[in-house]
Amino acid sequence: MAEILKRSKALAVNPLKASQPLGAALAFLGLKNSIPMLHGSQGCTAFGKVFFVRHFREPIPLQTTAMDQVSTIMSADENVIEGLKAICEKNKPDVVGLPTTGLSELQGVDIRRLVRQFRERYPQFAATAVVPVNTPDFSGCLESGYALAVEAIIDCLVEQSVTNSAGRRKKQVNVLAPSMLTTGDIEAIKEWIGAFGLRPVVLPDIGDSLDGHLVDAETTPLTLGGTPKGEIARIGESVATLVIGRSLGRAADLLRDRTGVPDYRFDHLLGLDACDAFTQTLAEISGQPVPAQIDRQRAQLQDAMLDSHFMTGFLRVGIAADPDLLVALGQFLAGVGAEIVAAIAPARAEVLSDMPADSVLLGDLEDLERAALAGGAQLIISNSHALQCADRLGLPLLRAGFPQYDWVGGYARTWVGYRGARAALFDVANLFLGNHHDTPVHRSIYWADTPRDQEGRTAPGTGLVSH
Amino acid sequence: MKSAEIAALLNEPACAHNKGEKSGCARPKPGATAGGCSFDGAQIALLPIADVAHIVHGPIACAGSSWDNRGARSSGPALYRIGMTTDLTEQDVIMGRGEKRLFHAIKQAIDDYSPAAVFLYSTCVPALIGDDLKAVAKAASLRWGTPVVAVDCAGFYGTKNLGNRIAGEAMFTQVIGTREPDPVPESAQRPGIRVHDVNLIGEYNIAGEFWHVAPLFDGLGLRILGSLSGDARYREVQTMHRAEASMVVCAKALLNVARRLEEDHGVPFFEGSFYGISDTSQAFRDFARLLGDADLAARTELMIAREETSIRGALAPWAERLKGRRVLLYTGGVKSWSVVSALQDLGMTVVATGTNKSTAEDKQRIREIMGEDARMITDGSPKGLLQAFKDYRADILIAGGRNLYTALKARIPFLDINQEREFGYAGYRGMLELVRQLALTLEAPVWAKVRASAPWSAEKTMGEALSSAAVSPHG
Repeated sequence: MAEILKRSKALAVNPLKASQPLGAALAFLGLKNSIPMLHGSQGCTAFGKVFFVRHFREPIPLQTTAMDQVSTIMSADENVIEGLKAICEKNKPDVVGLPTTGLSELQGVDIRRLVRQFRERYPQFAATAVVPVNTPDFSGCLESGYALAVEAIIDCLVEQSVTNSAGRRKKQVNVLAPSMLTTGDIEAIKEWIGAFGLRPVVLPDIGDSLDGHLVDAETTPLTLGGTPKGEIARIGESVATLVIGRSLGRAADLLRDRTGVPDYRFDHLLGLDACDAFTQTLAEISGQPVPAQIDRQRAQLQDAMLDSHFMTGFLRVGIAADPDLLVALGQFLAGVGAEIVAAIAPARAEVLSDMPADSVLLGDLEDLERAALAGGAQLIISNSHALQCADRLGLPLLRAGFPQYDWVGGYARTWVGYRGARAALFDVANLFLGNHHDTPVHRSIYWADTPRDQEGRTAPGTGLVSH
Repeated sequence: MKSAEIAALLNEPACAHNKGEKSGCARPKPGATAGGCSFDGAQIALLPIADVAHIVHGPIACAGSSWDNRGARSSGPALYRIGMTTDLTEQDVIMGRGEKRLFHAIKQAIDDYSPAAVFLYSTCVPALIGDDLKAVAKAASLRWGTPVVAVDCAGFYGTKNLGNRIAGEAMFTQVIGTREPDPVPESAQRPGIRVHDVNLIGEYNIAGEFWHVAPLFDGLGLRILGSLSGDARYREVQTMHRAEASMVVCAKALLNVARRLEEDHGVPFFEGSFYGISDTSQAFRDFARLLGDADLAARTELMIAREETSIRGALAPWAERLKGRRVLLYTGGVKSWSVVSALQDLGMTVVATGTNKSTAEDKQRIREIMGEDARMITDGSPKGLLQAFKDYRADILIAGGRNLYTALKARIPFLDINQEREFGYAGYRGMLELVRQLALTLEAPVWAKVRASAPWSAEKTMGEALSSAAVSPHG
């Protein structure tokens, strides 16, 4: 059980944290024909847009209520109503997500009341669902903002079941997907579930909206895919809900209370143990035997664990990521013999105490750099911002989390499942091999004034040390 | 910041936009607004000053998604790439501990990173709770002996452009004029060359592109005293009031600094650009003219003749490949005509250009360059751009990064000319990079493959054609 160490510095240096409104926006980007509108100044949205555009290499629908000086002081309530009207008129979305920001929270906005007012004033836009969520950026992080938005989506779009229709669709299972999953992860989870003859409804489904695929339409003001609103309404008829990530615990509680659909919870799906638990659950829900191809993938992962254990064993790793992902990576790597010498999370979360490390520091990438140095880390796992820190330490960086702006395809990398774990093991092992430190050469005093003394200046072996 | 101060900043007499509607005045429309805020603009303008600790005072949203994301390069310190923020928490906000945290944050930055100076950027939340950045800056500066500069640039003040001006104003009132320049090093003195001190304003050394041009300054005896803000150092910005001339590069955003340098310190300025052969040459001619040094003018002409011959030779094989290709250009302000001339230098045809941010004077200049039938686009929405692309039968869209995916999703070639780009196009040598990138995208073998439908879908389309008129737009 890891000790959680509080932030002790006045200044965050090389921030690890991305804000709650961004997380909320991401969740709404996983819904079909949807667009998030942040209630704040236009910069909140502009920065968020650039953040996601560079990560996903996709156009990102994201709007703003554009609070200016006057509306900040006087009242920005009209901005919300006007903004909703403008979006509904122009793009007719199925869903508008409405996360607040630090600015509007500080102003004291009652975002739910504004949505009610909008409904009263513009009944003609009833077909568009509006989902408000309070996500001040002075608390939490991307992961918690995302979780709050998922909870709000369930709250607004899933009705209280009166007739208990749970299980009416015997082949349908819900998946509550956390912010740590990539688009590749979601695709892998769908295949996994599909292999048992079940039909997954993933909420939210960025695997369908942000996977980067060409369509015939040249411009798309709304999301290109994602969970359809109609599917969310029928989520209560599923036979089971698979909840991934501790961050979605509250959202899962709400969904279960509303629908009565039984749920199965998993902290993550990284590594053999986690994959086995998920596979076992799918077999039980479906009543089907585990398909042969999954057994084969499992055997491949076991083989890879053997091949790579020489590199992953005792490997000292420094990780900085949002809580769910941090613990997932930590447990996965500790499970193959690695030692987590630095664990940094941007914000507090219950799951952190399960981190297989002595302590988890709530901090930034400067903290990661210092802890990694102190712990003699050999590998860094974090987002693209950690590249500078890894370079200074002379260590390889495995990119995970948000944002990955200098790595094409990071958004789509598959981590979950037997195949994902195998690929991750290969990469970790190769990064270690590529940065292997040879024993320093000993140059004998008896070589002086011999040709051998000269060869030391350009010893061919030194080039093998890659920094 | 008081609204009167904002109004004063929005009123820039040296700006040709000033007569008409001012960009900062138009109220942004909720639900239909794009573009950054004043904090964004201020940060962009100053962040390239490399040896300064840039502290963003606010909750995480402001710095968390924006640090280290611009392409400005430094020849030395990398301090500007270290993201620093007070990362205000709910407790800080509620208990009013923002100023205190900021004060300690400044100490931490000074202790750990020994910066030449500390810049503080205010954001919406501390502006609303009334944190007094100026007072904190003054107290911290006195306490620790490192200059601390407050930039009051809350996002809700207005647009990115206003933020640029706020940044310029902060530099002019708090930094410029606080130190005298170093003497010219003896080793750099050359017989027959009189050294002139000059400023660059609005040059950000994106992707290191200014290094294509910098050797020519050295060659002519032009010492760059200070730059706002590409590859700049704090102590150089301090001395900018002693320059003999300033060049405002490619953007009107920091025009207020140039104007005030002229008014208060008698430093004349001109607006120019380093994009394209002719504009680069013109920029050096303008320096010679403002400096009034006949010998410099003569040497400048020699340099221009030498460089132009050399680069035209190097470009010839590329120009052959790019000749006649049709360009749709969508960019703002000065850059429009500047890039037009660069593309024409290559024998390309600019079929239309965006003029949203251009002044009447810019438009006149575009007409002079492109001819009277120059088409100007005002609708910059993705739909509008793609329509113009089709209407004018363009081969490539050249625009800012914001439109990158507009182009790619419509399967058309694209070149990024904004700040996030990875390649430097400035100066004579930069043209070589420009043609390489143009040819790279125009000649990419991927276009045909991404436009064609799958072999099996052709049969499907044939089968369907009987029953419906649906034909793929890319078929």
